[in-house]
Amino acid sequence: MEGLSPEIWVAVRLTIALAATTTVILLIVGTPIAWWLARSRAWWKEAVATVVALPLVLPPTVLGFYLLVVLGPNGPGGALARLWGDATLAFTFAGLVIGSVVYSMPFVVQPIRNAFEAMGERPMEVAATLRAAPLKAFMTVAVPLARPGFATAAVLGFAHTVGEFGIVLMIGGNIPGSTKVLSVAVFDYVEAMQWREANILAAGMAAFAFVVILAMTLIQKRAARISE
Amino acid sequence: MTDPTLRLSFRGRLGRFALDAAFETPAVGITALFGPSGCGKTTLLRCIAGLQRLDGDCAIGGEVWQDGARFLPTHRRALGYVFQEASLFPHLSVRRNLLYGARGANSNGIGLDTVIDLLGIGHLLERAPRNLSGGERQRVAIGRALLSQPKLLLMDEPLSALDRETKSEILPFLERLHERLALPIIYVSHDMGEIERLADHLVLMAEGRVIAAGPLAKLESDPALPLATASDAAVMLEATAEEYDARYGLATLRVEGRPFLVPASPEIVGKHQRLRVAAGDVSLAHEPSKTSTILNIVPVRILSASALGEHQMLAVLGLRPDGQGARLLARVTRRSWEHLALAEGLDLYAQIKSVALARGPSRG
Repeated sequence: MEGLSPEIWVAVRLTIALAATTTVILLIVGTPIAWWLARSRAWWKEAVATVVALPLVLPPTVLGFYLLVVLGPNGPGGALARLWGDATLAFTFAGLVIGSVVYSMPFVVQPIRNAFEAMGERPMEVAATLRAAPLKAFMTVAVPLARPGFATAAVLGFAHTVGEFGIVLMIGGNIPGSTKVLSVAVFDYVEAMQWREANILAAGMAAFAFVVILAMTLIQKRAARISE
Repeated sequence: MTDPTLRLSFRGRLGRFALDAAFETPAVGITALFGPSGCGKTTLLRCIAGLQRLDGDCAIGGEVWQDGARFLPTHRRALGYVFQEASLFPHLSVRRNLLYGARGANSNGIGLDTVIDLLGIGHLLERAPRNLSGGERQRVAIGRALLSQPKLLLMDEPLSALDRETKSEILPFLERLHERLALPIIYVSHDMGEIERLADHLVLMAEGRVIAAGPLAKLESDPALPLATASDAAVMLEATAEEYDARYGLATLRVEGRPFLVPASPEIVGKHQRLRVAAGDVSLAHEPSKTSTILNIVPVRILSASALGEHQMLAVLGLRPDGQGARLLARVTRRSWEHLALAEGLDLYAQIKSVALARGPSRG
């Protein structure tokens, strides 16, 4: 890898930091949402599910535009940023994390919800008859049984965050070390006609995507074998 | 328990199904909920467990689980629940399944060793549930429920998902449970054979309602209930095996002091047994025949009689010459009834063509 400019490594580190932070937050926020979607009988739950799924079909520019409005100086994000003396959350790492969380949400919520639904009501009922309080039952039964769903969710959430581009451009700008992630870097190298760097990054990300999808397939196969 | 009675009543609608069921039963022995599929047995059991919430009252030996004011969530009720499918946790070993809800055994509690011994699951402890047979899984599920130190064990057709061979492998374990543990059990079933072997009390259900509740023998011999008029009607007699005649392979069992000869194996001697006498195997005679091949001929009194269709009569008989003993059923033709001039109150003899042990070879 000699001869690669240090700025590429900055972008790699930033991308990993962003994807990892986003994945952790998504698992924490997405799990209760997925549980509620899997268990609730509220008639409007599918409306909530649709909102969660919107990023699947919305152009990233549309989502980016709304995020810009929300995170910008005149939105709640700006008000929040003023607490520590900034003017806006847009064009910051924190803003990028928020955007990524929204953008990758469906990729995390859907597999976890599916896993919770596939489990059925029975295991939690059994746990209750064995005197497990709801939280204990959730942690010792629901979460372990949904482990393949969590694995898929984590892999997809991470990979999808690594692969996002439009949203980063809209709300992140292109600040090295703060918001300039790999996908944007590829774009920059192409613009600047630095084909060698663009090639290396593109090939690296293609290989990464291959590994991710293969890993997921294997996870699901293994899960199917265990839970017969 | 201060009040050794289970008092239950629930009413409400679930979709199109309406449940309005109430009964009381002693907090000892096995109470069977019996009725056709879809009559609400499982729903009633789920209400008792708090898995389903309908209006009603639920008191277990003086401990109130539900009334107008309160509803104790399932995890705060001291119950064990055995589902139709074993429902073991697939991610835990047999041992960790057993210990999931385990509470420290108090003085009269049930310890891991007792459960392992009672259910014969010692060799399975380190296995994963997916490597067990259906019968083994259900035994582990029963053990798991017992180890949570329940005050009431609820069993929802625990054998119905098993094939016939596995069923007969598990029934003796349930009988041992019954003999050895002072734990009230509510047992849902639509299989009269299981109930005849296991139940002490019976709750008959139909279309979401309780038709009758009481001791098994009483309900079986009540001509107003569908059990006595069914083609396979039978009564159970509680008996003690006294001696065994190896020459003929016959055991002498006493029912209220009266001897019955029953084909059996020698190891039943000294043990409590339950005899099954089918209504179709009992015929009536004014004199005890000395020339018949029938082994068991006992004096009885006709307590009541009713027509069974056009051509048959169903008689309820009381054992002992004064008719005050255990009840028997006899199904005879209308022709014989009229020719012999039989009537209520008459003293005569019941000739019982076949008496069987309801519990099969006991494993003690």
